[in-house]
Amino acid sequence: MEKNQPKGWLYLLPAMAFLGAFLVYPLVDVCVYSLEEGYNFASQTYWGVGLYNYSYVLRDPYFLQAVKNTFLLVIITVPVSTGLSLLISLALSSVRRLRELYQTIYFLPYVTNTLAVGLVFMILFKRTPYTDGLANLVLSWFGVAPIDFIDGPYWAKMLVLCLYTVWIVMPFKILILTSALASVDPTYYNAARIDGTSKLRIFTRITLPMISPTVFYLVITGFIGAFKAYSDAVALFGVDLNAAGMNTIVGYIYDMLYGDAGGYPSYASAAAIILFVIVLTITCINLSVSRKHVHY
Amino acid sequence: MNVTLQNLTKEFPGRGKKQPQPVVAVKDFTFRIPHGKLVGLLGPSGCGKSTTLNLLSGLQKPTSGRIFFGEDDVTDLPPEHRGVGLVFQNYALYPHLTVKQNITFPLENRKGKEKLTKAQMAQMALEAAKLVQIQELMDRRPGELSGGQQQRVAIARALVKMPRILLLDEPLSNLDARLRLQTREEIRRIQRSTGITTVFVTHDQEEAMSISDLIVVMKDGVIQQTGAPQAVYDDPANLFVARFLGNPPINAFAGDIRGGQLYLGGEAVLQTPGLPDQPVTAAVRPEGFLPQADGPLRCAFRGVEVMGRDVTILSAHPDHHAPVIRAIVSAREAAAPAGDNVRFALKPDKVFLFHRDTGERIRF
Repeated sequence: MEKNQPKGWLYLLPAMAFLGAFLVYPLVDVCVYSLEEGYNFASQTYWGVGLYNYSYVLRDPYFLQAVKNTFLLVIITVPVSTGLSLLISLALSSVRRLRELYQTIYFLPYVTNTLAVGLVFMILFKRTPYTDGLANLVLSWFGVAPIDFIDGPYWAKMLVLCLYTVWIVMPFKILILTSALASVDPTYYNAARIDGTSKLRIFTRITLPMISPTVFYLVITGFIGAFKAYSDAVALFGVDLNAAGMNTIVGYIYDMLYGDAGGYPSYASAAAIILFVIVLTITCINLSVSRKHVHY
Repeated sequence: MNVTLQNLTKEFPGRGKKQPQPVVAVKDFTFRIPHGKLVGLLGPSGCGKSTTLNLLSGLQKPTSGRIFFGEDDVTDLPPEHRGVGLVFQNYALYPHLTVKQNITFPLENRKGKEKLTKAQMAQMALEAAKLVQIQELMDRRPGELSGGQQQRVAIARALVKMPRILLLDEPLSNLDARLRLQTREEIRRIQRSTGITTVFVTHDQEEAMSISDLIVVMKDGVIQQTGAPQAVYDDPANLFVARFLGNPPINAFAGDIRGGQLYLGGEAVLQTPGLPDQPVTAAVRPEGFLPQADGPLRCAFRGVEVMGRDVTILSAHPDHHAPVIRAIVSAREAAAPAGDNVRFALKPDKVFLFHRDTGERIRF
């Protein structure tokens, strides 16, 4: 083994070079940017090194709003979308007739363009001088006064954003969960039936533990995906997300770089590092929880 | 408790254009399993033995016919109300539960009056585990057990709820040769000590013969013969049964009955008084050959296989169905043949005659 080590590293070199150039170096570079105070993009100069960028970002009300929005989005959409996907997958795996048709329908949002879907949501929810939108029409049947979901109160906008996110992430989860459910050996169900196990107990004691690795995979990737949300908000509320009060952390970073008030790579880098730390922490917590609850 | 299967038929619907006819997996199956016996359902794959087991367990519903457990008609009862213990071919142990949790799983399903306390369940699980001798493995997961140990856990799980009958689907097929011998003794011992009526399915005739009180030989969903293993071996009802039982397999020849004698390859080898002249299939058990210098059956000598206790003489005959005839003789009888041929006399009680076309037995 000892003798083969240099050879082994040689084989790893191409992959390491690529990873180093396109993954490790940028990460380190962002770290460096975030510590350079008063960085000037045009002249590539800076005054000094310190934590000022972080303290600026952490005091920026737009950033705090973005953090609040992102956390709400994560906390609401990940459990809801995973739970709903699980229910739909269970239903899909128990129907026989037209299963392929249903699967196709449920998978359609996945192959649809985000912005196109955003447009559809706008039509459903937006109030214009001419119409209150389809959602308000339905609500009016129940005697609810019309609400402006796109330009109205914060909770209404958040609701639409969450609905939209859940809707857009579900197809992938359904796809993964349906195949996970299909891979559970049916003899387990037969064994449970022979022993008179109730449907609910079969689900909680057999099905769920069997697919738990997949569920946790979806939860972890769901958390990460939701923390990086940006295009969803743009699709619904346009590019000036700060004005709409619906910015996300990634949106804030983008605005700091290229937005109308942009041109501050140091602030953007600091925000990016903060996002990185948040995602890393949450993922570590997720993994340690999953160690306790996921079998195999 | 006796188990009675009455005219049981199971058809599976045909599939589309390729196979428009329904498939009959079990056809008019009538059999009575006496209380406390170990019964082996035996047959080649696709003969309907597993379907029969599934019908007994209730996992599948028969197309027609009735099933009785004692006096109770259980045909329309779902599996959970039948009180059967089923050991699956791949054991179907829940991989995320420990051995103990696997064994107590059926007990935890009980509701209402039957509900058990934790202590009762632990006690019952321990008793079942002791019966199959796995009490020291209770905290392991199935993935950490050998195949034989998994098998025992599966049996313990099936036994813990005190089933009225125990069903085993190919119980030994996932074990290696040595474990198979051990485990089949074990199954016999467990069955004896619990006295539970037990049905098991196998395609391995040796397995079925060695531990069953009764065997049921099936082919294409139809019972070919039932009875005690030795009785079926000594008196097969048709060529299929004769061929299926016994290892090495029986040697089948194309022969003719002429003038009350059996001719194989132009030589009269056996007296069959009173039988009309006809073409037959003559099958001779490997132990039915007696090497004799002037024996009537002349075969081309191919070699010997020495097993120590006895010797297998390999030879060939133009009218034999397979390239090699295996004759098992005791080491003393195995005289070296003179020249290229070996000559045998046949033991009449080891020779069975069958109709050439139907394969039905012709008794003489």
